[in-house]
Formats: sequence, C-alpha cells, structure tokens
Amino acid sequence: MIEVKGVSFTYPTGVEALKGVSLEIRDGEFIAIMGSNGAGKTTLVKHFNGLLKPASGEVFVGGVSTRNVSIASLARKVGFVFQNPDHQLFCETVEEEIAYALKNFGFEEEIVKNRVTWALNLLGLTQYRQTSPFMLSGGERKRLALASVLAWDPKVVVLDEPTIGQDYEQKEKLRQFIVQLNAQGKTVIVVTHDVEFVADCGPRIVLMAEGKIVADGDAKEILTNKELAFKASIVPPQITQIFLGLADFGLPMDVINVHEAGRILFNFLKEEVKP
Amino acid sequence: MSVFEGFRFRYIHSPIHQLDPRVKFLYVLIIFGIAIAFLEVLPLVLLFLIQIPFVLLASVQREWVRSLKGASFLAILIFVVNFAFGYFGGTYPSSMSPWEYPLAMSLRFLVLVESFSIFFLTTSPDHLSLALEQSHVPYEFCFAFTTAIRFVPVLAEEAQTIMDAQKARGLELERGNFIKRVKNYIPILIPLIVSAIRRSLELAEAMESRAWGATEKRTNLYLLKMKSADYALIIVSLGMLICSIYVRLYISVPSLTMLLT
Repeated sequence: MIEVKGVSFTYPTGVEALKGVSLEIRDGEFIAIMGSNGAGKTTLVKHFNGLLKPASGEVFVGGVSTRNVSIASLARKVGFVFQNPDHQLFCETVEEEIAYALKNFGFEEEIVKNRVTWALNLLGLTQYRQTSPFMLSGGERKRLALASVLAWDPKVVVLDEPTIGQDYEQKEKLRQFIVQLNAQGKTVIVVTHDVEFVADCGPRIVLMAEGKIVADGDAKEILTNKELAFKASIVPPQITQIFLGLADFGLPMDVINVHEAGRILFNFLKEEVKP
Repeated sequence: MSVFEGFRFRYIHSPIHQLDPRVKFLYVLIIFGIAIAFLEVLPLVLLFLIQIPFVLLASVQREWVRSLKGASFLAILIFVVNFAFGYFGGTYPSSMSPWEYPLAMSLRFLVLVESFSIFFLTTSPDHLSLALEQSHVPYEFCFAFTTAIRFVPVLAEEAQTIMDAQKARGLELERGNFIKRVKNYIPILIPLIVSAIRRSLELAEAMESRAWGATEKRTNLYLLKMKSADYALIIVSLGMLICSIYVRLYISVPSLTMLLT
C-alpha cells in the first residue's frame, strides 16, 4: 500500500532529516515508528500524505507516486492525526469541526450528517455535539481530532504521538481503540516514544535514528534488544528489563507484555515450589 | 517565510557579533540615511557592495542571501510600479532614462533590507534588550520588545504546522476565487491566534511565578561596554556619513545614463 523507496529529505534550514529511507507498509498492518527526538519519524510520516515531497527517491501510496498528486487527494486515503489538537480545531461547534474535512472532500450533505453522527458516537462525543471545541478538556480535544479524521474513513490512519499528556485510563482506551481499528482492516501507523504503550500493542516496529531506519521487525524482537534500544535512545519496557535480569534462572528473555510475564512467572514459581 | 529566516539570529562567534548593538544600530541608521539621500544608481550600488565585507566577516552569508532572495519579489514589484508610473506621465529627474529611477528605488530598498538583515542576524535579542535598557528605556518595554522578536520564528513555525494539519484535512489554500482564497485562511488564523493568546497567558503566569517585577531596580549580570572595535565602527560610519553629505552637497553625482552616453 505505502512504498518508500530510497527517500532523502532536507529541510530548508539545512537539517538533513531523512537519509535514504526505504520501507514497505502492507494493507492492514499495524506499525509503530519509534526513535529519539529528531530521528526523522515525523518527517517520514509527513511523506505518506504528501505534506512533504521527497528530495530524492519516491513514495508510492496505492501504487501512485506522491510527487504528482495533491495533498487533498492523498489525505483522502491517508488520514493524519497531529500531535496537538489545538493546531487544527477552529470551528464553533464539535459537529462542524468533524464536518469540515468531509465538506472539503465534497461528500454530500446527507452523508456528511451520517458520518458526523457515526464519528461522534465512535469516540463518545455525542453529548458535546453543540459544544465549542475550545470548551473541551485536553483528552476530549484529542479524541475530537481523531474523530474528525476517522469521519472520512481513510484506509490508513497515521497518529503522531497519540499518548502524550494522556492519563493511564485514556491511554488504555486509546490502545483498545487503535487495536480495534486495526482489526477492522485499517492500516495504523503510530509515531511514539512510549515503549510501554507499544509493548502492550505489539505491532511491527520501525526503529529510526539520525534519519535512517536502524531496525524493522516484530515488537518482541526489537524491544528486547538492548543494543538497538540504546542506538535509538529508547529504554526497553520495565518488564523486559526485569526478565533480562532474571535470565540466569532460565526464564525467557523476550518478554514485553506484563500479562504474559505474569503467566510465565506463575508457572515458573509453581515448578520451583514443587517438592 | 524566507524573509523571516533572513532575520533570524543564530549565535556565531565573530567580530561583528561582538560589536555593541548600539553602535551597530547607529551604523544601520547612517546607511539608512545615506540610502535615502541619493537617487542615483552608482552610490547605491557602492552602498550595497560596501556592506558585503561585514556579511563575510560575520559569516552569515547563507542567511543573508536568503533574506535578499525573500526581498527580491518586493524589489521587483517596486521596480515595476515605479517604472509604470514613470512611464505613464510621472516625473523623474531629466538626466535619467526611464529605467534608472525605478532601478534606484529597488536598489535603495535592497540596501535597507541588507543593513537591517545584518543587524538582526548578528545581534542576539538579549543584547538588544541590554542596549535598550542601557539607553534608559523602561524595562517593561524592553521585555515586551525582545519577547515579540523572540516569538516571531516560533509563530512562523506554528503557522506551518497548523497549515499542515489543515491540509491533511483536505484544505486547499490555492483553490477558488479571491474571496474564497481569503476565507481559506480562517482555519489557519483561528488556531494560530488562539494559541498565541494561550501562550501569552502562560508566559505571564511563568513570569509571575519567577517573581517578575519584584525589585524596582534591576541589575544585570552582563553590561555592554564599548570596545576599540566599537569606536572604530563609529568612526567609519561617521566618516561615511560626512563623505556622503559632502558628495551630496558639492559634487554632482553622474547618473548611469550620463555615464553610458
């Protein structure tokens, strides 16, 4: 679905953000793009909906190069939820905010109405239909931004730092929501620093450092690799660190999920305690 | 945006950066005055070239070129408008051909952009604030002034992000007739203004919590002191001013048209 071929990108300020990145994202995949600040994560995903065009190399979305296609027509396929909802909210009511993009894409009045109702319902915002977006709390604004993108039902959803400033409960809700979206066949791409969040989701991980992809693979494989984690300046999940420390007892070293860890420990202790 | 880039300060260690901002400002004012005083192309070209060593000495060539590039559109506009008005019955000095006067006007503009660009590229906002304070401007004004300068690039960056966010929701800035195009900017302006107001409130709170205005008489850790290089620049600037006044009053500057024919 999305194919990145040897893409390099340099900002006008002279910062070389991407240095020959190649990546293939298939339909229905769930991908987390991780890496330190300034590794080029956001720059990379901004190529997916044409906000940035590669300086060299090509990006294909649905087989079409992004070079000759407008951002609007790419955005129809690739929905992008920005980090800070305050950068996009401007309408008088929550309802209009969601309808805005739909009107831009030229949906008919009737369909717009249905979609708005559907999106409000999906993210539990129905009660705020006529409220001003600026009156909502931080978490609600974040959900509204998500609703305003999901409303046009893009095939691919890109979420830039969705967990920043969210409490545990909101994060857990968001995680379930994302997993559900993915289960419904949407391609989900998450840009994040939050290892615990990623460990709980268990997606394919693309690890970036200094404008290059340094690793690409299963969450288990990457989050338990200390060297890689150090290279991309992320810290393995706490539970993984514990299990790496317990390796002498013959416990597995590739544990990233707390529930899984509990089960393994329980079985291990049962064996040990047995007379 | 590129014009803003050309005014954005980056700290570099160079003799020009070390100069006293007050002296640099005097220099800019004198360049400004001379540029206004002459209408002929020749002295304006000289004025333009004379500043290039400053740019090289401060090693801000790249940013400087960018600011000129940003200003070139306006310079061309100035040329075209002046040319059109001169051509259709305006008046310009009879010793000049119709293209020389507009050319001088755009050159004058470029000289002004050039000198201001050098000033802002090589003067940190902190130094500027110090210079204002030591010129007995009330601290509140100095602070407001430097804060305004300090936040221009931040706001420009934020505007870019907002533009991206709205484009990702299908906004097409270039589409539609004139009124529609103006309207297209509403989804960008509202979040920008809201966040600017929000930021100013946050800034006010942050300042209060750091005891802003607790003492009547502030003291500074650093003080601006004039050094020999500063005096040298004053002498050079004043020399240029005196020379140009002399030339203006007692020597008739030939126009390019006269030189060419």
